[in-house]
Amino acid sequence: MELLDTFFNWDVFVDAFPLMLRGLGVTVLLGVVSIILGLVGGLLLAMLRLYGYAPIRWFSRAYIDVMRSIPLLVLLVLIYYALPFVGIRLSSFAAAAAALSLVSCAYSAEIFRSGIEAIPRGQFEASASQGMSFFNTMRDVILPQAMRIVMPPMTSNCINVMKDTALASVVAMPDLLKQATQAQALSANPTPLVGAAVMYLLLLLPMVQLVSWVERRNAAGGKRA
Amino acid sequence: MSNVIEIEHMNKFYGQFQALSDINMTVEQGEVVVILGPSGSGKSTLIRCINLLEAYQDGDVRVADQRVENGPKLAGIRCEVGMVFQNFNLYPHLTVLANVALAPVRVRGMSRRDAQVRARALLEKVGMAAHADKYPSQLSGGQQQRVAIARTMAMEPRVILFDEPTSALDPEMVGEVLDVMQSLARSGVTMIVVTHEMGFARKVADRVIFMENGRIIEQNNPQDFFTAPQEPRTQAFLQAILHH
Repeated sequence: MELLDTFFNWDVFVDAFPLMLRGLGVTVLLGVVSIILGLVGGLLLAMLRLYGYAPIRWFSRAYIDVMRSIPLLVLLVLIYYALPFVGIRLSSFAAAAAALSLVSCAYSAEIFRSGIEAIPRGQFEASASQGMSFFNTMRDVILPQAMRIVMPPMTSNCINVMKDTALASVVAMPDLLKQATQAQALSANPTPLVGAAVMYLLLLLPMVQLVSWVERRNAAGGKRA
Repeated sequence: MSNVIEIEHMNKFYGQFQALSDINMTVEQGEVVVILGPSGSGKSTLIRCINLLEAYQDGDVRVADQRVENGPKLAGIRCEVGMVFQNFNLYPHLTVLANVALAPVRVRGMSRRDAQVRARALLEKVGMAAHADKYPSQLSGGQQQRVAIARTMAMEPRVILFDEPTSALDPEMVGEVLDVMQSLARSGVTMIVVTHEMGFARKVADRVIFMENGRIIEQNNPQDFFTAPQEPRTQAFLQAILHH
């Protein structure tokens, strides 16, 4: 009984629930914004990395390597606590979104690149031989095929971004984890933390299952377009 | 008759290796030219230089009096030079109909409706109309290649390059593709065909070009080429393939 009261205290949970729901909203918003920015930026970065002029290619590559090496928490702290010294003061949401998307676009760029490189050269040649522009070739021929290939790793990457939003609580962003820790402090009871964990699971489990479903379908479907 | 393609003193290198040496040739409007030669003689490389899928280093390649080179005009030139590939290279994520209609919409600015009507007519011509809504992976090799020919014709190019169009096919499917190519040739389409199909060369070609080691060794009308080859190397080649 004591265990239930400590970790699954209904009264505490009900008290904390409205705040945590708001926190969940912030978490989802931050995740979605960062995922979208990361995907758009990643596609752009992959294009520059593959098809840009030499210096641009080199720069994109350096950017990708740096962003994949730096710990997300370190980057976040840098953006939030160090940038104000040069006059750039971001809200906790903006700082978290910036850190998350700066890193995730480096990962998605590499995923896009591997997908594009997996498309046979004949596809580029067929399209070129018909006089199609680079833009049309990408939009109509290469990317639709590459998207199918990168679906599973890209969804995994999006899940990671969603999970990493929890780091934003470090810069005082009122996300799900932050709200839960505050409620826990207020009520001197860890139930809100357990509640938060469950809510994260409810959010992310379906996405994880989506990945395995897509992977299974790709493995089984094989060539069928 | 005007020349669709003119090649003058063209050289191509892969690093140190010279793949093509001093190529000179012209192709007239309506002409069917078949290029023969042993593997590695540079036949495919030569026609891939005509639409600049391979870069050449010296000399000139001109299509309809425009030099083929990198730059803003290249896409326009490529519209006039269709290519049919050994491995078909159909777009696997698009239906047969969409494969044929894509480039006319994107490049020629044709309306989607018009392009699809035209695509159906072309598929009819190559005997693939019944498969318009299938995906390439659902077709046999011969069927895919016929779709690829329709896709190329959809751009109404001045000349079509065939890069060993039957080499990747099972033997029983070679005939259906050659038939389509022969009827194209009869309808006056200008064609350059790299192939190992001697029967096709004999029957359909206006002119046969023989290549070896990156050089054009001999060219002639098929009658004289097959019955009275001039060069010893041509004689040896024909000896080897016709009497085995």
